[in-house]
Amino acid sequence: MKIQLKIWRQENAQAKGKMVDYNLPDVNPEMSFLEMLDVLNEKLIRSGDDPIEFDHDCREGICGQCGLFINGRVHGPMSATTTCQLHMRHFEDGDTIYVEPFRASAFPVVKDLRIDRSAFDRIIQAGGFISTRTGDAPEANAIPIGHQTAEDAFDAAACIGCGACVATCKNASAALFTGAKVSHLAMLPQGEPESPERAEKMVAQMEAEGFGHCTNTGACEVECPQEISIEHIARMNFEYNKAAVLEK
Amino acid sequence: MSRSLFLRDSVVRKNLMALTGLFLCLFLVIHLAGNLQLLLPAEQAQVQYNHYSELLSHNIFIKIVSYALYASIIAHAVYALILTLRARQARGAQGYAYDKRGQVTPWYVRNMGVLGALLLAFIIIHMRDFWFQYKFTEMPLDAEGRKDLYTIVAVAYQQLWYVALYVAAMLVLGFHLLHGFHSAFQTLGLYHSKYNRWVKWAGYGYTFIITAGFTIIPIYMYFIQNQPLP
Repeated sequence: MKIQLKIWRQENAQAKGKMVDYNLPDVNPEMSFLEMLDVLNEKLIRSGDDPIEFDHDCREGICGQCGLFINGRVHGPMSATTTCQLHMRHFEDGDTIYVEPFRASAFPVVKDLRIDRSAFDRIIQAGGFISTRTGDAPEANAIPIGHQTAEDAFDAAACIGCGACVATCKNASAALFTGAKVSHLAMLPQGEPESPERAEKMVAQMEAEGFGHCTNTGACEVECPQEISIEHIARMNFEYNKAAVLEK
Repeated sequence: MSRSLFLRDSVVRKNLMALTGLFLCLFLVIHLAGNLQLLLPAEQAQVQYNHYSELLSHNIFIKIVSYALYASIIAHAVYALILTLRARQARGAQGYAYDKRGQVTPWYVRNMGVLGALLLAFIIIHMRDFWFQYKFTEMPLDAEGRKDLYTIVAVAYQQLWYVALYVAAMLVLGFHLLHGFHSAFQTLGLYHSKYNRWVKWAGYGYTFIITAGFTIIPIYMYFIQNQPLP
């Protein structure tokens, strides 16, 4: 299939970027989107041009590294899909495809389509853990957790930190990411004791990183590759408010 | 823990948006209940509505609540502005060249700020036309010697353009409430998979009743009560 690409090129964080046109005359529809970019990069390297930089790692939809804004949508036109799991068969022969990096001031562009998502790491470092000593794994049945609770906690824990929620949000809010982390630990007995404090610290860090506020539009839960519900944002708010009202 | 209570972070600011918003929602119920008296037969409506207006304006409890109401409207608008400006910063200077994000959410959900700004403009016009006149100008008196607010309202609703403006404003209010009501619960964290369906439906029901109620009044007065007053 014949594909025309308009791709964001930016030399470095300081440089001013622009959309650049590329043509691929012979794209295999069974290729993944990233494989199509690999083919384009091979072509660019062979002709002595600078290849297009983009984030990727596992290419199995579980690591959260890849993330491109494709044809006006986060991770492309499919729902609950990471960029690496998007295939060229979902496009038509002759299509023009726009490829841009995720946009948010807390996610600065490093080069081309590659962005710096370390703001997420710092939110996790602020409180996304439990303060127990590490050692041997405890006996699995020592702490009974109900099946539904385990399922709900796992739904939140499934967040891969790709940043799609921020990129699609009209306010560039990181509430779904932070909410998923707060909520996941708040539901389990290991995380529950530190939950209000955790919510306060992670929200404070989210603020410090310069993310926007949540207006509950729900765009993030639609675009999230893991289909994480905005209910987790409500739980984060609840934990935060509990801390504000009850904590000394 | 030290905290600047009202500006600490976006969750606190959003809490204030939710609390002031829900307070304004509560006010709308009372306001609608009072205004439904305008649907009575003209003569009865005049006596009852003027009596009701006088009762409200002389009640100390209502006075206190009204100050809370003015403060809520101002706080809701000011915090919305602060949050919007911050969100603009958070999005960054470089936008998307090709943006189809709007496909996944309804338009009114993404434009609460625009709807809110329109509502604020409407509130200013609305207060100038009725509240300001009642409080600060010489008013005609009715047969019982009360300020005749009913006639002011009835005359206003004899103008088609004014009725149209009012109905349009209520449509704007409807869309603002359609998202605002359940969004407030979500923001406050009062949201649970077991109950959120009910919260959503309560929001839809509330929005329908408030919007329909406020829309019927000027239309009814224009088409049905639109006769020369005694």
